[in-house]
Amino acid sequence: MPGAASSHGLIWMILRRIGVALVLALVVSFLVYAATTVLPGDVAAAVLGRNATPEAVAALREQLGLGDPFVQRYLGWLGDLVRGDLGTSLAGTRMPVSELIATPVRNTAVLAGATLLLLVPLALLVGILSGVRQGRSLDRAAAGVSLTLTAVPEFVIGALLVLALAVYVPVLPAVSLVSGDVNPLTVPEFLVLPVLTLIIAGAAYLIRIVRISTIEAMATDYVEAARLAGVPERRIVVRYAVRNSLAPTIQAVSATAQWLLGGVFIVEVLFAYPGVGNALVTAVQVRDVPVIQAIAMLLALAFILINLVADIATILVDPRLRAAA
Amino acid sequence: MSAPDRRGAERRSGVSWRGAVGVWAVVGGIMLAVALAGSLVAPYDPAALVGKSFLLPGPDHWFGTDALGRDVLSRVLAGGRTAVLLAVAAIVVAEAAGCVIGLVAGYRGGLVDAVLMRMNDVLLAFPALLLVLVLAAGLGPGTVVLVVGVAVVNIPGIARLARAATLGVATTGYVESALVRGEGTAAILRREILPNIAPTIVADAGVRFAGAFLIIAGLNFLGIGIQPPAPDWATMIAENRSYITLQPWTVIAPTACIALFAISVNIVGEAVARRRSRGRA
Repeated sequence: MPGAASSHGLIWMILRRIGVALVLALVVSFLVYAATTVLPGDVAAAVLGRNATPEAVAALREQLGLGDPFVQRYLGWLGDLVRGDLGTSLAGTRMPVSELIATPVRNTAVLAGATLLLLVPLALLVGILSGVRQGRSLDRAAAGVSLTLTAVPEFVIGALLVLALAVYVPVLPAVSLVSGDVNPLTVPEFLVLPVLTLIIAGAAYLIRIVRISTIEAMATDYVEAARLAGVPERRIVVRYAVRNSLAPTIQAVSATAQWLLGGVFIVEVLFAYPGVGNALVTAVQVRDVPVIQAIAMLLALAFILINLVADIATILVDPRLRAAA
Repeated sequence: MSAPDRRGAERRSGVSWRGAVGVWAVVGGIMLAVALAGSLVAPYDPAALVGKSFLLPGPDHWFGTDALGRDVLSRVLAGGRTAVLLAVAAIVVAEAAGCVIGLVAGYRGGLVDAVLMRMNDVLLAFPALLLVLVLAAGLGPGTVVLVVGVAVVNIPGIARLARAATLGVATTGYVESALVRGEGTAAILRREILPNIAPTIVADAGVRFAGAFLIIAGLNFLGIGIQPPAPDWATMIAENRSYITLQPWTVIAPTACIALFAISVNIVGEAVARRRSRGRA
């Protein structure tokens, strides 16, 4: 495709991708609302517990709008959500949900950000080196370790780390006692074990994908041609192999970031780290529906957004995908 | 690396890989036996208070006792069964639903096919753990949520696989001859197509079982699934983690069980997948 038409096609492709993400977000919002409100069990009765008076249940049903038809309730909720009104918590203090989850959101962002910042460069380095030295000792060691670690859940890795670094060689705190308003960045030792757990649990997958795409790139004709032309091996790796494995790597990094959104739940609960995962699990246990809806939507939107950004980045770095449009 | 050299390296790693698979298959068999039948040989009732709190390992209590004075060894021996059986139940439900949807979609195409693909897109926009947590918010914590949630997460993937496999089989000679014989759609799906896609489905089910076990363990750890005081490996880690400095064995024992079971299932699953892909090539 010649210049103008191709850039036109590119913009069209990206716009279409954004449209798909918006539709997905809408469907997900419907599912979250439906799953948290229409399924068996009256939410109002469940929230107030067994000893609630019928009047109290009726009042809460009124507040939740449970008397209205479902579609009307959903649209009302969606409208509030779009305007940024997340409602009020049903538990204890009846705080606005946006206030209640502000600090946990920041804490989780710090935890996930610190993990990605360390995990991605590390996994890229090990993945590329293993791919270039396929079959040698580094590659085989990395393959063995990653095959073992992909199978082990985060809380098991975390528990083992606590045993090693907080019990037997007590150098780190076993739990994060980052209370409400303290910024976890100011007490980095509380972040060490959670971040380390997530890195160990998440690195295996990323290393595997980077390794495979490096091996594939190193086996192509143009690498062979460059080698025959006498281009130094180091230069081949940097200029050909790494560049050509960029597209699968972006997808793998995005998958890792998405996995992280699930992985933080477990790690936050294990280390009593006050983030959204911990807040969501607590909310599920007491059925604090507005908090569950807000956090679930937030995580799902983050999930969709990561996917969108990764897809657009992939389209931009890989000319072959552009031509296919 | 020159060609003969590379082949040598592959052969060497092939031998050590086969050895590792053998070892892990044995470990997996032992762990499965422990999970399913361990409670039969447990020295104490896993729920009974049988001694002082936080006893360290000794002749009466090999792994010591927990915060309430329950025998850790007995709890570990009894703590795998429910999670393993729930994972099996979830996968059986998911396979049954997924195969029916996939068979129909692959054989008939059209609307079912389109709806199936969109459902899969939506599920891919949602972390599995978050989906089950949201369901738990509606259904309330408990084992039903685990089975329903894990099944829902797996159905679209299974349906997609069954659909692809059905597409591959639907145009073969024996299906056409069944059509010519005048057999009905249900009979063709059940007698001609299902037996031919079964190996693909079964191999995939093994991998899914490992995934289901891990999600269920994670949810139990979060307190969404199996409720205390029932013995469960993941629940044990959750309830004892605050006392980890007082009595580390309350966490070491269930941690080791989950790790060994999960790793062995994964490695055996990987070995099966590798053999199948080599067979196809």
